[in-house]
Amino acid sequence: MTQLDLIRNFSIVAHIDHGKSTLADRLIQLTGTVAARDMKAQMLDSMDIERERGITIKANTVRIEYPAKDGKTYILNLIDTPGHVDFAYEVSRSMRAVEGSLLVVDASQGVEAQTLANVYQALDAGHEIVPVLNKIDLPAAEPERVKAQIEDVIGLDASDAINISAKSGLGIPDVLEAIVTRLPAPKGDRDAPLKAMLVDSWYDSYLGVVVMIRVIDGVIRKGDRIRMMQTNAVYGVDKLAVLKPQMVDIDELGPGEIGIWTGSIKQVRDTRVGDTITSEKKGCETPLPGFKPAQPVVFCGLFPVDAADFEDLRDAIEKLQLNDASFSSEMETSAALGFGFRCGFLGLLHLEVIRDRLEREYDLDLITTAPSVVFKLHMKDGEVRDLHNPADMPDLTYIDHITEPRIKATIMVPDDYLGDILKLCQDRRGIQLDLSYAGSRAMVVYDLPLAEVVFDFYDRLKSVTKGYASFDYVISEYREDFLVKMSILVNEEPVDALSMMVHRDRAEMRGRAMVEKLKELIPRHMFKIPIQAAIGARVIARETLSAMRKDVTAKCYGGDATRKRKLLDKQKAGKKRMRQFGKVEIPQEAFISALKMDG
Amino acid sequence: MQRWQQAGFGLYVHWPFCQSKCPYCDFNSHVSDAVDHSEWAAAYLNDLRRYALETPGRVLSSIFFGGGTPSLMRPETVAAIVDEAVKLWTPANDIEITLEANPTSVEIGRFAEFRLAGINRVSIGIQALNDTDLRRLGRMHDAREARKAIEVSQAVFDRSSFDLIYARQDQSISAWEAELRDALSLAAGHLSLYQLTIEPGTVFGARFERGLLQGLPVEDVAADMFELTQGICEAHGKPAYEISNHARPGEESRHNMIYWRCGDFLGIGPGAHGRLTDAAGQRYATVARHMPGDWLKANQAGATHDGREMLSQDAQATELLLMGMRVNSGVDLTEYQTISGAPLSPTRLEPLRAQGLVEITNGRLHTTPSGRLVLNWVLKELLA
Repeated sequence: MTQLDLIRNFSIVAHIDHGKSTLADRLIQLTGTVAARDMKAQMLDSMDIERERGITIKANTVRIEYPAKDGKTYILNLIDTPGHVDFAYEVSRSMRAVEGSLLVVDASQGVEAQTLANVYQALDAGHEIVPVLNKIDLPAAEPERVKAQIEDVIGLDASDAINISAKSGLGIPDVLEAIVTRLPAPKGDRDAPLKAMLVDSWYDSYLGVVVMIRVIDGVIRKGDRIRMMQTNAVYGVDKLAVLKPQMVDIDELGPGEIGIWTGSIKQVRDTRVGDTITSEKKGCETPLPGFKPAQPVVFCGLFPVDAADFEDLRDAIEKLQLNDASFSSEMETSAALGFGFRCGFLGLLHLEVIRDRLEREYDLDLITTAPSVVFKLHMKDGEVRDLHNPADMPDLTYIDHITEPRIKATIMVPDDYLGDILKLCQDRRGIQLDLSYAGSRAMVVYDLPLAEVVFDFYDRLKSVTKGYASFDYVISEYREDFLVKMSILVNEEPVDALSMMVHRDRAEMRGRAMVEKLKELIPRHMFKIPIQAAIGARVIARETLSAMRKDVTAKCYGGDATRKRKLLDKQKAGKKRMRQFGKVEIPQEAFISALKMDG
Repeated sequence: MQRWQQAGFGLYVHWPFCQSKCPYCDFNSHVSDAVDHSEWAAAYLNDLRRYALETPGRVLSSIFFGGGTPSLMRPETVAAIVDEAVKLWTPANDIEITLEANPTSVEIGRFAEFRLAGINRVSIGIQALNDTDLRRLGRMHDAREARKAIEVSQAVFDRSSFDLIYARQDQSISAWEAELRDALSLAAGHLSLYQLTIEPGTVFGARFERGLLQGLPVEDVAADMFELTQGICEAHGKPAYEISNHARPGEESRHNMIYWRCGDFLGIGPGAHGRLTDAAGQRYATVARHMPGDWLKANQAGATHDGREMLSQDAQATELLLMGMRVNSGVDLTEYQTISGAPLSPTRLEPLRAQGLVEITNGRLHTTPSGRLVLNWVLKELLA
């Protein structure tokens, strides 16, 4: 066990690509936590997808031993957190487990999108914050301007900001020293009953469910019997360890310490993040405030390209759910796509990450249908039904009205881009609630329909502001609006997987954009193909894909036979990714691309 | 009887060098000033002798010098190869020995020497009959030289063919019609008419990617041009016998027919492909090293080719359709079934017949005129 004043717990707040993971790597490396031969880039991003996309999805932690200049050796616990808004819940709970943050800002880019939302979370959690300017060795670095921006926009004193280059290792010793001297030690009472916060939990195929905790008061020891205060379940502590980042067994964890334990917990769902862990007997009386569980807000259908893979998909989904309680699923049948699952996600990035993991880690080919939110159908008989899938929309005559989730969105943006942001929000049926300035940055608060945000709002926001906007939202309420189901017909056949709920006033525009996009995405056939958008029986937009007239290779001699044969193999593989709708084949890319559109 | 015996046995010789690289060309061609001709000649002979050990007793029906620009070869190199080949194999009585040639005045001047070297057929890369388009296609000759080359070749060689590229930038249907009629009046028994294809990895490909290659005909115009070409050539007594090849009946390229009928052929020279059936009846695809320097070095070290792929029955059956459906006579369905072990699936075949894209005549599956225009689609429906 470690003395409280020799512990520092911290997280790193940064915008994507500003060097958070590289800095974490350097801290680990410089303190010798991981032997040089075991070092790999982005040490804490363990999933391939995290490394590839340069994002952190799951919070991760590492315990670093650091001999400081004052002659004492400190235990530094770093909790690495995700940056994306989809995983904001994960950030907020991780922040509650530590006392301080390093705010990493790219000295050539300045304060950007996610930096703000996350730094406010850190301030909310009562953190002490040390500003760090990274990439100081780049020719484009402007540390003075960025310091002024930090002070201006965030309101933090940046005069003591540390200049570093995480890539070259420049300034890393100063960061370690600042963690010790500028961040506060945790508080806690070793003699009080055990009180620990459940920070995170995940499934490990060897150990079962692994629970990450932060001890507030008291001591947890291997072999203890503990109680989860929300679920009232009792478990034995079979294994107690710290992460360096690999597991190293430890006998006990005292106040201020962060570690993991396992205790024959079957699935991640049995653990509630934010729950309070105490002793089975003589436990603490008041639990920690806890967190609201994350609710899926975006739904889409996932179907195997090859119907024979359905069981494999089911197994893969169950396995991923062991580790991710926020990802829900139920079986779905589509006339066009066969058997699959309707799945719920925290946001669009979460959706993409899960889909990528299913395809890659489980070697599945999937068709993804239009993302949708949960609409509430108020039936004439008074019943209220949840609509997760536009294809399930009942006959309109039974429906009194439809409500949809609205969000309160807060967007911080340099005032140069304010006009673009206001236009984007207005276009997405937004209602402006507030507009104020902090320095040269504007803060706008909008009431927006979630359905308008789940497609590509975040991408649009980033592109119109070149990444200089930060965006965060909370779901506010369900509200009635004039919503209709828009169907898409290809060669007169409805394609259920492309139907969507839209606002009546925007239906023509969405329908037009959709049929135009599909005209580009569907390959020409030997006959002409009408592509229509319709509300009920009324066609609101129409395009015609003309028949193919010429598709022949001009030259084909000796060696071309091999080339042609290989091309044919590709076409065979592509054919598996085609879906037959009546006489028309639609490539599965069309389902994804058709839904990623402006407007 | 084995297919390789029916479909003939050919020798393809690849000369990989050109004076300049044409912007549309994705063939294995290289511009080099420092070619040691005697070294190359020796290398070709090495390959011939090595292949002859594997193919004893075959009757050689064709030799084809392609490239690159094989009319830049020294006539004595060509002669050495022809002489050696007819020594190593039994030449057919009507052996066809073709040289691809460019119509520059220097090359025209060598036609007689090539005739003496054994060449009895030339295929000249005319490509266009007006100077503006020749320049846009990056050709080194002008229209006057083109006409001269055709005239001289017909006097020197038994058989002569030439290539044109159409559906060019800014080419109208009526301009092509006039040029085609002009070409037919110049042609002897055979001509190849290719629609311009933009290939990745070429100068045109790069320009096209950047949106800088303007004025190419849209699909409908290209289709009209193709149909017009078929009609005019047929009326002129040189109907298409393959997608882009037209001949007076009997004047078809025997060498290319070996490819389309899936006969055996040896490919020597950099990047050359071959198809070879061994004594046990197993068929292989061969490919030589791609870069001229690598090929030469490997050849001198005793290698004939880079890779030898055993062709499964399925791959052979696929090639039979991929190649055979290009020619008007199509594919013998019994032969297809013998190779693949199963008949062509009626669920794939029938919709294409119903749409009028293919027909079966005397047990042979072949395209209709409308099917020919969408052959890639037809093949995808049959095989993918």
